[in-house]
Amino acid sequence: MTVLERFYEGDIRALSRIISHIENGREGYRDVLSRLYDRVGSSLRLGITGPPGAGKSTLVNCLAHRLLKQGHKVGVVAVDPTSPFTGGALLGDRVRMSDFPTDGSFYFRSMATRGASGGLANATDNVTIAYDAFGFDVTLLETVGVGQVELDIVDSCDTVAVVVVPESGDSVQTMKAGLMEIADIFCVNKSDRPGAERIISELRQMLKMRKPPEDKWSIPVVRTVATSTDGVEELEEAINKHRAHMGESGFFEKRRRYQIRKKILTVLRNRFQNEFVDRLREQGDLDQAVDEILAKKTNPFEVGDNLYRRFSA
Amino acid sequence: MDKKIRVLLAKPGLDGHDRGIKVIAAAFRDAGFEVIYTGLRQTPQMIVQAAIEEDVDAIGVSILSGAHMTLFPAILDEMKAKNAGDIILFGGGIIPDDDKEELEKLGVAKVFTPGAPTEQAIEFLKKTIADKKSDEKIM
Amino acid sequence: MFSSKFLDKLKGRLADWNKTAEKFRQKKSMPRFFTVSGVDIDELYTPLNIEKYADDEHYWNEIGLPGEYPYTRGVHHTMYRTRLWTMRQFAGMGTPSQTNERFHYILKQGGTGLSTAFDLPTLMGYDSDHPRSLGEVGKCGVAVDTLADMEIIFDGIDLAEVSTSMTINSPASMLLAMYIAVAEKKGIPSEKLRGTLQNDILKEYIAQKEFIFPPRPSIRLITDMMEYCTKKVPQWNTISISGYHIREAGATAVQELAYTLADGFQYIESAIEAGQDVDEFAPRLSFFFNAHSDFFEEIAKYRAARRIYAKRMKNKYGAKNPKSWLLRFHTQTAGCSLTAQQPENNITRTAIQALSAVLGGTQSLHTNAMDETLALPSEKAALIALRTQQVIAYETGVANTVDPLAGSYFVEALTDKMEEEAEKIFQEIEERDGVLECIEQGYFQRELAKSAYAHQTELETNERVIVGVNKYVMDGEELEIPVLRIDRAVEQEQVEFTKKIRAERDQGRAEQAMARLREVARGEGNTFEAILECSRAYCSVGEMCDILREEWGEYSESASAMQVS
Repeated sequence: MTVLERFYEGDIRALSRIISHIENGREGYRDVLSRLYDRVGSSLRLGITGPPGAGKSTLVNCLAHRLLKQGHKVGVVAVDPTSPFTGGALLGDRVRMSDFPTDGSFYFRSMATRGASGGLANATDNVTIAYDAFGFDVTLLETVGVGQVELDIVDSCDTVAVVVVPESGDSVQTMKAGLMEIADIFCVNKSDRPGAERIISELRQMLKMRKPPEDKWSIPVVRTVATSTDGVEELEEAINKHRAHMGESGFFEKRRRYQIRKKILTVLRNRFQNEFVDRLREQGDLDQAVDEILAKKTNPFEVGDNLYRRFSA
Repeated sequence: MDKKIRVLLAKPGLDGHDRGIKVIAAAFRDAGFEVIYTGLRQTPQMIVQAAIEEDVDAIGVSILSGAHMTLFPAILDEMKAKNAGDIILFGGGIIPDDDKEELEKLGVAKVFTPGAPTEQAIEFLKKTIADKKSDEKIM
Repeated sequence: MFSSKFLDKLKGRLADWNKTAEKFRQKKSMPRFFTVSGVDIDELYTPLNIEKYADDEHYWNEIGLPGEYPYTRGVHHTMYRTRLWTMRQFAGMGTPSQTNERFHYILKQGGTGLSTAFDLPTLMGYDSDHPRSLGEVGKCGVAVDTLADMEIIFDGIDLAEVSTSMTINSPASMLLAMYIAVAEKKGIPSEKLRGTLQNDILKEYIAQKEFIFPPRPSIRLITDMMEYCTKKVPQWNTISISGYHIREAGATAVQELAYTLADGFQYIESAIEAGQDVDEFAPRLSFFFNAHSDFFEEIAKYRAARRIYAKRMKNKYGAKNPKSWLLRFHTQTAGCSLTAQQPENNITRTAIQALSAVLGGTQSLHTNAMDETLALPSEKAALIALRTQQVIAYETGVANTVDPLAGSYFVEALTDKMEEEAEKIFQEIEERDGVLECIEQGYFQRELAKSAYAHQTELETNERVIVGVNKYVMDGEELEIPVLRIDRAVEQEQVEFTKKIRAERDQGRAEQAMARLREVARGEGNTFEAILECSRAYCSVGEMCDILREEWGEYSESASAMQVS
């Protein structure tokens, strides 16, 4: 039996193999993805992002437990940074995950960014396709959380919750514009601590100042204490409200259309990168070109034009 | 893209001394591995489930409490039960020589004892993983 | 100490001296000279390094005399001339009756205090028949489930005479309660009991990770016990604030010093907040440090610890009773310094480490056995470890005078440096909103992991030498020391015994006691009193901890604590 056949039968191990195959960009991975895409249903994708130490993992843990209790099948992808120096990564997000069922209704995968800088790995979006095809009806995505605005999540999620803590006041100020752009919900975690009221009122202030958004969604500010699960119910309610609002207003479809357009372009860009740029680099054609440029026989722009012509021919 | 080596590191049993396993985790990361650290007090079931979900090449466990003759076999059994016997299981800790031999006979790929340089484990994994053959077909 | 005229002259002489010294330096490629903690050490220390002490006031504020503020030179006037340190060897293994046998043996060999090691299920609050205990029962120490086990462990031992130390943290209340209950049955009033509990939960979150409940309820358990003991068990040291495990987890000497003291100050602040008077409880606090191999650094660490503590207790917490200013401590030689290779060398390491603890003014000492990287100590190895202390005490002459290294340019300068560096860390902890916050944010955990990894890297690049490990290695080494093994039958035996005790006890009394514990845990009241009644009723450690788990939840470490850099 092939791995894909086992995947169709609901074999968890096969799902894991397929994800690695996609993540490693192995030969034929696009064919696998296009077969999987036929099975994609309407899995809901929730993004959790925010600065380091905001308690993202703990919130994901709480949300996943709630969703499981309601009978959902839940998949999680948690992303951690790859070291730019060694290419290695320490993926520690599983530490927070406890007491989850092993009957196939819950699945957790850690991914390293492998050079990507938008908060997710390049393959994360493709992995959500595998999740959906496998039958998870909710996917939770947790970004790297290195303290900058992580834009990628918008392209892979239906609802994005930005988690902050009372201590993130300064970083919220500096990332203001970007955060407004990606947040559908603000979640102030560890809201039992001093400074919580201040950051909540700052967020509300910021929200008042922004120009009314096209989708007319008014971003709620939810308070949680994830270590004691306080407020997680409210967070879930906010997520459901957002989903309902998007559905009623037609913006759910609009967002998905936008994401699919972007996906097509990404597929193309990657292919161009893999099959042209990367190959060029490997083949060593460039060395000769560099020699010629140094010898003032040609210049980088001309070389680029020529190579491109060769590719498109 | 290169195939990354993925390793799951876990501490089974009740012991909380995690200095050794964290040093190993950092050394593996610096050797270019992707290390999934699952934390303390993992049961054999949790370890094998995580290894399957993360599709790792190897599982490394650290046992300092003397419970190794119970915990290693329990993990091996669970791996077999979950059809994950092809994952490499290795470990380290306070483990007397006789036990080490017996564990390696049972199917633990390698047991490292205190004082072994991290380089040894890194080389061992690189080699063992490179030698692994699979005739698996994706589609 | 030195006149400024003298110091000026010294500067001139040093300049000349340095010219000659330079010739020697140029002949060799010089390695880096640094302590085991990575502190760089100068080639030469002279009166210039302790120039500040020329000022009278500075001398009295920082060094003074032994038995007097700030206690840099020791907590007693006469130190070991009037009373040697307590030679307290940590023991405990297998079943309660095996431990009882070992205790009798230690007392017969001249040991002067008992120290109990518990197995992991006991430390984690699980009974021997819990599924998670499988394979761990009696392995790292003795298994205690119910009062019946404690009765066996202390059978034939006069609890009014010995002082007993128990290495237990999360379930410390349960074990002390059982000890009190054993004494009650022997007709010994709790006022006569002497001993120490480790009971330091903060360092569990930081280093050893044997936690059960979240920090805040854990601290409630501790303050409730402190309150009870102040009234009923006045000779008991309720908490031993421990740097030992922090060091073992990878800390440098300075980190050990600073994190441990910071933990201590946290307990003090919590007790003050709970309405207790600092002078009521502080005299019964004690500390527990590690003795690593870097001889002078360790001595400086102990001296600095006493000084920092005295200053803070007096100035910051307003303690009036000089007994509250004293930092008394137990020391254990560094387990993490021992090697599995050529294990006999560990005897030498331990001897030197023990010597530093004695020169640093320790109140009690445990010396490790040479085979501890291989298994629990064999009887012979444990005996050699005790003999090591006796050699130091009776043959070397170091106990003849108080604080013999005081005034050493190097030791005083290093003591100052330790204090200075520790103050920087206190500052950082404060900026991060205190110890509890630092724990929850994984700050300590990350710093320790960084230090441990740096140490390992230095070893692997041969920047640091460990004899037998990366230098003077012997190939094909055959192990020649016998290794102790715990019979696998121990577990079965213990499981059956506990089942029997649970079946035979007065169920009505047990149920009632446990219901009361739940009620107190949920609301108000002193948890220790409820635990004591449970213990008398033969409720098990696991049963009591389960009730508290249900009421308070279980703690797990944050993901950010995992990151190494």
